[in-house]
Amino acid sequence: MKHAGVKAGAAPYLRIERLTKQFGAFTALKDISLEIFEGEFVCFLGPSGCGKTTLLRAIAGLDIQTSGRIFQADREISNLPASKRDFGIVFQSYALFPNLTVAANVAYGLVSRGLPKVEIATRVSELLQLVGLPDAGRKYPAQLSGGQQQRVALARALALSPGLLLLDEPLSALDARVRAYLRVEIRRLHQRIGVTTIMVTHDQEEALTMADRIVVMNHGVIEQVGTPTEVYRRPASAFVADFVGTTNFLPGVVLGPGVVRCGSVDLACDVDIQPGPGSDVTLAIRPEDIVVRNVAAAHPNALPVRVADVEFLGSFCRVGLALDGGEPSLVADFSINVVRDLAIDEGKQMLVALPPERLRVFPRAPQTP
Amino acid sequence: MTTAAAPVVASLPVARRRLDRDDVLMRLGICLLIGWMLVTLLLPLWVLLSKSFQNQNGDFVGLQNYLHYFSTPALFESVWNSLFVAVLSTAIVLPLAFVYAYALQRSCMRWKGLFQALALIPILAPSLLPAISFIYLFGNQGFLKALLFGGSIYGAGGIVLSQVFYCFPHALMILVAALAMADARLYEAADALGASKTRVFFTVTLPGAKYGVISAGFVIFTLVITDFGIAKVIGGRFNVLATDIFKQVIGQQNFEMGAVVGFILLIPAVVAFTADRITQRRQVALLSARAVPLQPRPAPRRDWGLFAFCAVVGGLIFGVLAMAAWASFVTRWPYNLSLTLGNYAFGEFDSNGWGAYWNSVVLASWTAVIGSLVVFVGAYLLEKTRGFAWGRGIAQFMAMLPMAVPGLVLGLAYIFFFNARSNPLGFIYATMIILVVNSITHFYTVCHLTATTALKQLDPEFEAVSASLKVSLLRTMARVTFPVCLPAVLDVSIYLFVNAMTTVSAVIFLYSTDTKLAAVSIINMDEAGFTAAAAAMAMAIVAMSAAVKITHVLLTRRLERTTQAWRRR
Repeated sequence: MKHAGVKAGAAPYLRIERLTKQFGAFTALKDISLEIFEGEFVCFLGPSGCGKTTLLRAIAGLDIQTSGRIFQADREISNLPASKRDFGIVFQSYALFPNLTVAANVAYGLVSRGLPKVEIATRVSELLQLVGLPDAGRKYPAQLSGGQQQRVALARALALSPGLLLLDEPLSALDARVRAYLRVEIRRLHQRIGVTTIMVTHDQEEALTMADRIVVMNHGVIEQVGTPTEVYRRPASAFVADFVGTTNFLPGVVLGPGVVRCGSVDLACDVDIQPGPGSDVTLAIRPEDIVVRNVAAAHPNALPVRVADVEFLGSFCRVGLALDGGEPSLVADFSINVVRDLAIDEGKQMLVALPPERLRVFPRAPQTP
Repeated sequence: MTTAAAPVVASLPVARRRLDRDDVLMRLGICLLIGWMLVTLLLPLWVLLSKSFQNQNGDFVGLQNYLHYFSTPALFESVWNSLFVAVLSTAIVLPLAFVYAYALQRSCMRWKGLFQALALIPILAPSLLPAISFIYLFGNQGFLKALLFGGSIYGAGGIVLSQVFYCFPHALMILVAALAMADARLYEAADALGASKTRVFFTVTLPGAKYGVISAGFVIFTLVITDFGIAKVIGGRFNVLATDIFKQVIGQQNFEMGAVVGFILLIPAVVAFTADRITQRRQVALLSARAVPLQPRPAPRRDWGLFAFCAVVGGLIFGVLAMAAWASFVTRWPYNLSLTLGNYAFGEFDSNGWGAYWNSVVLASWTAVIGSLVVFVGAYLLEKTRGFAWGRGIAQFMAMLPMAVPGLVLGLAYIFFFNARSNPLGFIYATMIILVVNSITHFYTVCHLTATTALKQLDPEFEAVSASLKVSLLRTMARVTFPVCLPAVLDVSIYLFVNAMTTVSAVIFLYSTDTKLAAVSIINMDEAGFTAAAAAMAMAIVAMSAAVKITHVLLTRRLERTTQAWRRR
């Protein structure tokens, strides 16, 4: 498991208790409670407007919460101004001081500490080395690429060796290639210095690849907290299943224990279905969990389908499947291997199975998919 | 734990951020700013308002003064006169300035730089200069008098002509900015759809510049209706509101009636200002980030047509200026046209002599230095303080207010406020300090907007970063904010200098014998019949403003090379 710094039973480094943030009549955060452990890399993930940045800014003391408490390293910081808290921060815009050199930017916090010049210079070159820009010290921010600027911002945020590193969508302004590279870099940096890190992002791929734990947020509440594998494999709500990765949703009605009727077929599921018989539910299954090899009619949840369309995506194909000759209602990812072996093509009639242990069941509120 | 945990209640106590030193400092600063604006703007205006409801003994008489004003045709007539010249001047300047700006921005005409510089020269001159110049051209002894076919330049005609000259560059600057950016894709789309040139102009060009045109219109209207100098010099018996205030206060010592006229003058200015604000609020960014900037392509017929237009307009501007310059060197108009420097020996025409001129330079310098400091710090406080919304709201409102207050009204309000025996600040009355304070307040809004725009271009997270690095805001202001905004600060200080150098209306009530200013002495000398000396003084003001402006341009270029090296990629 990736749980880098989590010690079982240890006291959390950052504890958030019943945090609420109100902007006039709009509630940006609703009664949020959360614990983050020392050395963890946590991602706040959610669509824009979900409250993730608001939560980050409350932790930093930049925009104070309406009510609720925050503890950092056993010290209550709920009411402290940002200048009295212990954190380093990196913004999407980098916020580098344009008229100062890279070295002066990194040294900005060190200088006001009154450290001797030699010590500052050593620390600055150490930090620039750390972010992989050892020769950039004399340049101005405008002379660097976006990715380089972001690394300078990172070095500046780490200069005072803060106990907490906050990253507010640090990679969103960069192009795809640089983003992928910096993802690895930041992760490596975190493993080296082990500073507790919170990163806000709306990019699920970023969260899945970088985080020890992901906090999925929507409409000001936490939908799920878990490791990337947990969040992906066992989404706690239809929202999480939909937001993280791709998911098929099938509306159904509970028939009895472990059985849901979807349209004209009855599907078995391994999970305990919370709402009793007769209630509306949504079934969810990932496209890659749909099985097509060696499926017989007696197989659990075997369904006759027609291949409606095939989208070639390089290493795999995304295949639209239609049940009962209707519109395509399922999407499945089949490896090129499978597609070749079974000669899957538009119009082909075949059997697929939805493995019961891969089906998730969510209660269906009016607005869920 | 010795005590049981308190039961969790549904509504938790509201969290309040403790204030750090920076917060306290910033809030204190805003309170100071509000205090400054109260003393320099709101309280004087309040005293002026209450004065208009009193009789000469200071008793409250309700609307009596106003009733008297509106039932005296001789007084009331000025309202219509003021509106008439303002509307007429606006109607003339707006199309002229639009075509001129269009030529500068959307054509491939030659000598654009020259035309632009030429058109902006009137900004460096007091409004009195064109009036004097037109008197030389069309006055009783003017050498083009025959062109008027027996008409007189003294009156509405002279006022409108002079105002057109004076307001042209103000409108031009706004329209040049409005026409500066355009999305080439819109023009390509219109072309592809087969729209005629005329149709493209009315469906693409004009709508794009709509808000600039509206804004320019309001600016001209306000400038004309509040200007005092032109009407004083060339207005003859044609009474306008601005000259009425002066006559009531200085001529008849009827301060109460002066206050009434002052408030009536405030109405059109406030209406124009409010209307402009409301329309500007509707403006949405027409240019998306993906816009392709429009590059004008050569079109000989259009370009030469516009060149001819600019040559005529620019030539007229130059002619008016040259007339004043020439007149200032002529021995005795129109009998002895030999050239002399005698008119510049101001001591022979006015007891203050060159003293008035240096007073103006001192006033302009102090206004520029102190004013840009107050404006920049004020704008910084309003832009970068977190929380304290009500304090910032009040200060923001008060920063916008001076734009709507005519200089004469502000000057009159200062007399009432600072000359009151009970005012502990009364000691600044009749000193250079009151002139500086008045000038800063009078020109505050434009400077505030310039500074705010510059500050808005900075990353809003600089302050957050500083806080996380435990660096005080003062330090960040000194090391980052101020250096980055230096060009804007310079712009503000030059604007203040030139305006303080040329203004008449704001200071006409406030100077004393020791602090008489150059622009005031122009009026005095003109009244005494020393028109050539008045023209000479006007030219001396132009020379100083131009020298400072040129220094500014050179300095800005140098700055860009040295301290602003980081702007280059």
